[in-house]
Amino acid sequence: MQATIVQAVNDALHTEMERDDRVVVFGEDVAESGGVFRATDELLEEFGSKRVVDTPLSEIAIVGGAAGMAMYGYRPVAEIQFSGFLPPAFDQLVTNASRIRWRTRGELSAPMVVRMPYGAGVRALEHHSESLEGAYGHIPGLQVVVPSTPADTKGLLTAAIRDPDPVLFMEPKRIYRSIREEIPEGEHEVPIGEAAIRSEGEDVTVVAWGAMMPPTLEAVEHGSVDAEVIDLRSISPMDTETVVESVKKTGRCVVVHEGPRTLGVGSEIVARINDEALMYLESPVERVTGFDTPVPLLSMEDFYFPHPPRILDGIEAALSD
Amino acid sequence: MSDRESDIRVPPATGDDGGGEVRYLSQSDLSVPTHQIVAPDGSYDAEAIPDLDDGELLDLYRWMVTDRVFSRRMVNIQRRGELGTFGSTRGQEASIIGSAFTLRPEDWLYVGRAWTPMFMRGASMTDMILFWRGIEEGQEAFAKHNSQIAISIGSHLPLVAGIAWGMHLDDADAVATAYLGDGATSTGAAHEGINLAGSLGLPALFFCQNNGYAISMPYGKQSGANTIAQKALAYGIDAIRVDGQDVLAVYDAVQSARERVKDGEPVFVESVTYRLDAHTTSDDPTRYREDEEVEHWEAHDPIERYREFLKSEGLWSEIDHDAIVEEIDAEFDEALAAANEMEERAVSEMFAHLYDELPPELARQLAEFEELLERRPEMYDYIEQRPKG
Repeated sequence: MQATIVQAVNDALHTEMERDDRVVVFGEDVAESGGVFRATDELLEEFGSKRVVDTPLSEIAIVGGAAGMAMYGYRPVAEIQFSGFLPPAFDQLVTNASRIRWRTRGELSAPMVVRMPYGAGVRALEHHSESLEGAYGHIPGLQVVVPSTPADTKGLLTAAIRDPDPVLFMEPKRIYRSIREEIPEGEHEVPIGEAAIRSEGEDVTVVAWGAMMPPTLEAVEHGSVDAEVIDLRSISPMDTETVVESVKKTGRCVVVHEGPRTLGVGSEIVARINDEALMYLESPVERVTGFDTPVPLLSMEDFYFPHPPRILDGIEAALSD
Repeated sequence: MSDRESDIRVPPATGDDGGGEVRYLSQSDLSVPTHQIVAPDGSYDAEAIPDLDDGELLDLYRWMVTDRVFSRRMVNIQRRGELGTFGSTRGQEASIIGSAFTLRPEDWLYVGRAWTPMFMRGASMTDMILFWRGIEEGQEAFAKHNSQIAISIGSHLPLVAGIAWGMHLDDADAVATAYLGDGATSTGAAHEGINLAGSLGLPALFFCQNNGYAISMPYGKQSGANTIAQKALAYGIDAIRVDGQDVLAVYDAVQSARERVKDGEPVFVESVTYRLDAHTTSDDPTRYREDEEVEHWEAHDPIERYREFLKSEGLWSEIDHDAIVEEIDAEFDEALAAANEMEERAVSEMFAHLYDELPPELARQLAEFEELLERRPEMYDYIEQRPKG
């Protein structure tokens, strides 16, 4: 079927809830209203109020509760309405969810998913536009996944729900409805921790993910550059091999991300390239990122995240040295 | 016996001994009165009217109408694409105005869903329009009037407790006020903020507008508690539950609360009201509530109720309702025109005010970006021009 990213989320939830009756969906406004982005539309009607639950406005309880429910044997898929509301629950991710397996020496685990729309560009209010995958990727024991296409969204969310460990699933809300493609009917799984090569090339490797994929692909096309474009898909665990092998081939690399530059995911990618492919580099790795500032309120948010000309500029800088 | 033991104070058991039976404490044991002065049919006890002169009674009406007109106009310009999103306050005017009318300029106010209280404190409609257009300058003006808007629900309660803490240390003759909604009382931050105020005895006034819904979630599902007011008791804070459709009752309750708060006893007020419009302009309430419910509340309009009171008091003849609406509409037109006049801002705005001094790395990022914008003007094809502000 043809689907957008948000429809792919919905389809994955339907399919997995049908397959496994331990999958329980909850969060603010997910049941009665079907989610503010309609990601959980029709789930209540199909699976009932025991498995699709509107929670109080309690991020700490949603994330911590998911961890406890998962320890007990369920497969919770919790929604945080906007990524900017996850910080109150950061403690539950750090203190509990990510460490249950480690703390209990493998006796228990927390197979849970926290889904949330992230990123700027939809004219939302303060605390609705953050792209903090770098901060969440820093937490040992937590997997962080960011799809960029409808088919990957279905496959990666399915994998996340089936995964024996906790996954933070960040949905690129700016492109929730702007891409439509054929997604597989029925069960469809894309493994977590594997990057995808979106286009092959010889001259430069460009690494991006989530909402940054469309502008990156546009920049490459626009610039007629022979670029190899890698969609990282998982921030943690990160597919170092695909990136390193590509850089060994091209000798040049640009990392594109929406989140702030300092201590961002790009920094880690640069470090891994230094570790494993330094001698192959023909120029320093370029970073095209959000700024080290809060995402501006809506009047200027479009200045914040990288657009194709800025990405192209980074690519040309990597090629010029 | 260590020296420390004398510092350990366990509150003594109080009350009777329970007679050897397990006995449950229940919220239902507590009768929770709802303070009301003007009944829905407009009748009232003349003795209970708060001590306000005629001018003030007329002001209450004018501010309520201001609130309604402002919501209507904001929703209209949002639909024309001149705002990002907006949350109307229609239906909550008595609750909002009755409470704000008690506040003094030196008090601090952190609101959730309430704009007119900020106008009453000196903020301009222009700045409010700028804020809802996503232009940071609006907030600079709010702060000058000790006012702020909290977007992340409940996040401001610990902050307000901290402001009150400062007032307490200063022996200030003022209070720190948090407006919050029913949904906010489910957040962790709310509990910690209220508890801190209770434990330290801080001059914090928590004014909770229970407007029935947290987006789609009705209060009955938000909490198992009978009332929100009762929650305060667990923190050792006194509470008042008030009919939020009765502006005089709200004024009376919050005025009384403010006096007590000023003396270092935090108070929690639950004002029972109703959100007639959607949560925001992005929300479709027909998905989660029945038309009949909304119609019921439409028929219990707080402004209409107060109008009945003014008629009984012989004050209605002094009000030209249509003229008031016209004046406020004109004020809004002027504010909108001023907001439209605002010059386009520079990208340096994004980097401004994050730190007292711009750190070198941020300065580098700004300079690089400015240089890029100059070198690649095609950037502007991608940077959509947002509503002018």
